[in-house]
Amino acid sequence: MKYTLRVWRQNGPDDRGRLVEYTVDGITPDMSFLEMLDVLNERLLLDGDESIAFDHDCREGICGMCGLMINGTAHGPQKATTTCQLHMREFDPRKPITIEPWRARPFPVVRDLVVDRSALDRVIESGGHVGVHAGAAPDAHAVPVPKPDADRAFAAAACIGCGACVAACPNGSAMLFTAAKAVHLAALPPGQPERGTRALTMVQTQDDLGFGGCTQAGECATACPKEIGTDVIALLNRDVLWKVD
Amino acid sequence: MNYTEGTPLRDTRAPDGPLETRWERRRLAARLVSPANRRRMSVIVVGTGLAGASAAATLAELGYQVLSFCYQDSPRRAHSVAAQGGINAAKNYAGDGDSTARLFHDTIKGGDFRARESNVYRLTEVSGAIIDHCVAQGVPFAREYGGLLDTRSFGGAQVSRTFYARGQTGQQLLLGAYQALARQIHAGRVVSRPRTEMLDLVVSDGRARGVVVRDLVTGEITTHTADAVVLATGGYGNVFHLSTNAKGSNATAIWRAHKRGAWFANPCFTQIHPTCIPVGGDHQSKLTLMSESLRNDGRVWVPARPGDPRRPAEIPESERDYFLERRYPRFGNLVPRDIAARATKAVCDEGKGVGRGVYLDFADAIARLGRDVIAERYGNLFEMYQRITAEDPYSTPMRIYPAVHYTMGGLWVDYDLRSTIPGLFVVGEANFSDHGANRLGASALMQGLADGYFVLPAVIGDYLADGPFGAVSPEAVDEAEDSVHATVAALLAVNGDRTPESFHRELGRVMWDHCGMERSADGLAEALKRIPDLRADFWRRVKVTGSGSALNQTLEHAGRVADFLELAELMCLDALHRAESCGGHFRAESQTPDGEARRDDERFAYVAAWEHTGGTPVLHREELAFTAVRPSERSYR
Ligand SMILES: Cc1cc2nc3c(=O)[nH]c(=O)nc-3n(C[C@H](O)[C@H](O)[C@H](O)COP(=O)(O)OP(=O)(O)OC[C@H]3O[C@@H](n4cnc5c(N)ncnc54)[C@H](O)[C@@H]3O)c2cc1C
Ligand code: FES
Repeated sequence: MKYTLRVWRQNGPDDRGRLVEYTVDGITPDMSFLEMLDVLNERLLLDGDESIAFDHDCREGICGMCGLMINGTAHGPQKATTTCQLHMREFDPRKPITIEPWRARPFPVVRDLVVDRSALDRVIESGGHVGVHAGAAPDAHAVPVPKPDADRAFAAAACIGCGACVAACPNGSAMLFTAAKAVHLAALPPGQPERGTRALTMVQTQDDLGFGGCTQAGECATACPKEIGTDVIALLNRDVLWKVD
Repeated sequence: MNYTEGTPLRDTRAPDGPLETRWERRRLAARLVSPANRRRMSVIVVGTGLAGASAAATLAELGYQVLSFCYQDSPRRAHSVAAQGGINAAKNYAGDGDSTARLFHDTIKGGDFRARESNVYRLTEVSGAIIDHCVAQGVPFAREYGGLLDTRSFGGAQVSRTFYARGQTGQQLLLGAYQALARQIHAGRVVSRPRTEMLDLVVSDGRARGVVVRDLVTGEITTHTADAVVLATGGYGNVFHLSTNAKGSNATAIWRAHKRGAWFANPCFTQIHPTCIPVGGDHQSKLTLMSESLRNDGRVWVPARPGDPRRPAEIPESERDYFLERRYPRFGNLVPRDIAARATKAVCDEGKGVGRGVYLDFADAIARLGRDVIAERYGNLFEMYQRITAEDPYSTPMRIYPAVHYTMGGLWVDYDLRSTIPGLFVVGEANFSDHGANRLGASALMQGLADGYFVLPAVIGDYLADGPFGAVSPEAVDEAEDSVHATVAALLAVNGDRTPESFHRELGRVMWDHCGMERSADGLAEALKRIPDLRADFWRRVKVTGSGSALNQTLEHAGRVADFLELAELMCLDALHRAESCGGHFRAESQTPDGEARRDDERFAYVAAWEHTGGTPVLHREELAFTAVRPSERSYR
């Protein structure tokens, strides 16, 4: 099969960038979306062009490194699926595919489809952890945890930090990301002592970094490949208010 | 390629005497660095997987100044994130008779008696504390309704000692370690440098004192110095091109350290995992693992009649060959990986395979436990399978085939995790230490975290107590930097007609065919002929566009392929010299009449540590002494 692509090319943060059209041939339905880009890149390289830069690593939907705007949708058309898990059988060869980087104020473009998401690390650094050092822990069975709490923690902790929520949000807010971490830790006993401060600090940090505010548009949850729901945002807000009081 | 024999490796720095107290005695004997002096000492940690992130965080907790590197855009994305199934620990929470001694025994036997007893014992001893620490960090392990931790069984074990977080155990453990690291970054005790690749090691006055790195965004090449260097850069399975490893996983850091004097142990010990999604087409970029935990409930079978065209549901029980259950009734579907992988290959070679694979069938488990229970246990794996293959494993059996997964070989380290270069420590999959010739499932996560949280922090002080080590020689820095600049320039200068990917693919095929699941003297000799040719061709014909002073993924890949092309040769040499079968290393010439591996303890009960000379490699043997377990035939029948 043959596809027409419009791919965002940008030489560096200061370049203005533009969409460039390519056709790529010899694509089979069982190829992954990124394998399709690999095919194009090998061809570009042999033609003496520079290959298209895009982030990826695990290629199985867990590292959170990949992330493309495909026809205007973060991670493309398939629900609960990262870019690396898309397959070409989902795409109609008659329709051109537009591929762009995540766009959000705190995510400057590094090159082509690669953006700098390190602001998300800053949010976690500011408070997304538990203050325990190695060797100090009691026996793991010292405190039983009700299964529903453990399950809730797990569901929130499934966040892969890809940034799709930020890219999808009209305000460029990181609330879903931040809330997922806060709720993960708030659901478990070790997360209790720092619960209020954690929530407040992380929210303040994301504001300082230039992420937008949450207006409950809900686009984040739709884009989230791990199906984290906006309920975590309500829970985070509760902890923040509790602390502010 | 030939080799010469060097002096044997005698001192592993492990105390003598009873195994059970070695670690305690070693810790007591290790010198400490006072808290005030720790603040003045710096340690470089390359890698932020389970081993590197846990090491960096813990060293910072102790007060050392830490500089941490990884090639991804965030430490949280290290390849450990992809581990699915679980982590072992001898907690005996299931009350099924587990103990440190039993986990030790299983690991030594699982490794086919090619691992060092003292290290393995220590690993099993600290395993329980890992679970305690991770729970205290907030790792959301699976729990039972009573609120206690749930466990499951993995291959090579008859007890239930594997802790898990659905099919995302690696992710959750890594996030725990990453968050601990993040806390130290925030506290200013760790400086984190993501998107930075280590390209050389700086050795000054005989000590590892720094690394030369390339900033992957700007292309800038710089040197960072410290009092000690820790490599936690993971495994080198990608030498096979197609593997379950992340695309960026590479051998560059350990290979370049090897060229600076760190000996490489058992390079040919590779683990081929039995349950992966089979190769689809020529443009396949990686292979996807279906966790071993699936073998708790899934049954592996093929049609008894070769070439049976019927759909799986139409084949009656009596016409199916549950070959693992048949051949290994005691362990059944839960035999260790090397055994399952080889048995799978054998039935496929007999023509019983089904479209490049064998079935992994959940019908019985779904009938017994219900669909919900299966979904709860393996839901995300089933989804992953369905996305890739467009088949629904709830209603039709999965198809699976073995794939390269893990490398037991790595840089040689002693009991203190010191390599043969003073000041260079190696942790996690990058070292060779604990798994012998075959790693048991769920033991890599255990080893990475044991090394990082508990072992390295306890012993690094004994080295640093001799410091500070004075200024780093400027000549050593210049020499290392010049060599990195030269390699980058050379890759850009060739401007040939083949992509780095095409070389990688070709190398992978040579390795899979000749240094894969079954190895023979002829095949290895063939590979040893072809690899140098391919390498020469690479340096004549590789094409890398763009520049060295910007983000250039083609350049990154080319550099890694160049190193794989060198490492591959050492792997084949090691495989050729080890004329026995053990664990994942199966030599066609060394098998029993019924096709099982035949180990040769008389000749090969040693670790092969290779020294790089620039010319003929030198083999140093570390003889393995077994005091607590007697090497026996490794039978799972
Ligand atoms: C799909 C899959 C599933 C698995 N499941 C399990 C399981 O269930 N249980 C289990 O016990 N084991 C499992 N394993 C094995 C286990 O995940 C790995 O062995 C382990 O995570 C390796 O951890 P590590 O810290 O040593 O290295 P990695 O996690 O591989 O980390 C390597 C780090 O080094 C960095 N790095 C590498 N090279 C350079 C360089 N040149 N310069 C700078 N940085 C560099 C990387 O950026 C990364 O941060 C699995 C493996 C795979 C592939
Ligand atoms: S590449 Fe890891 S999630 Fe897509």
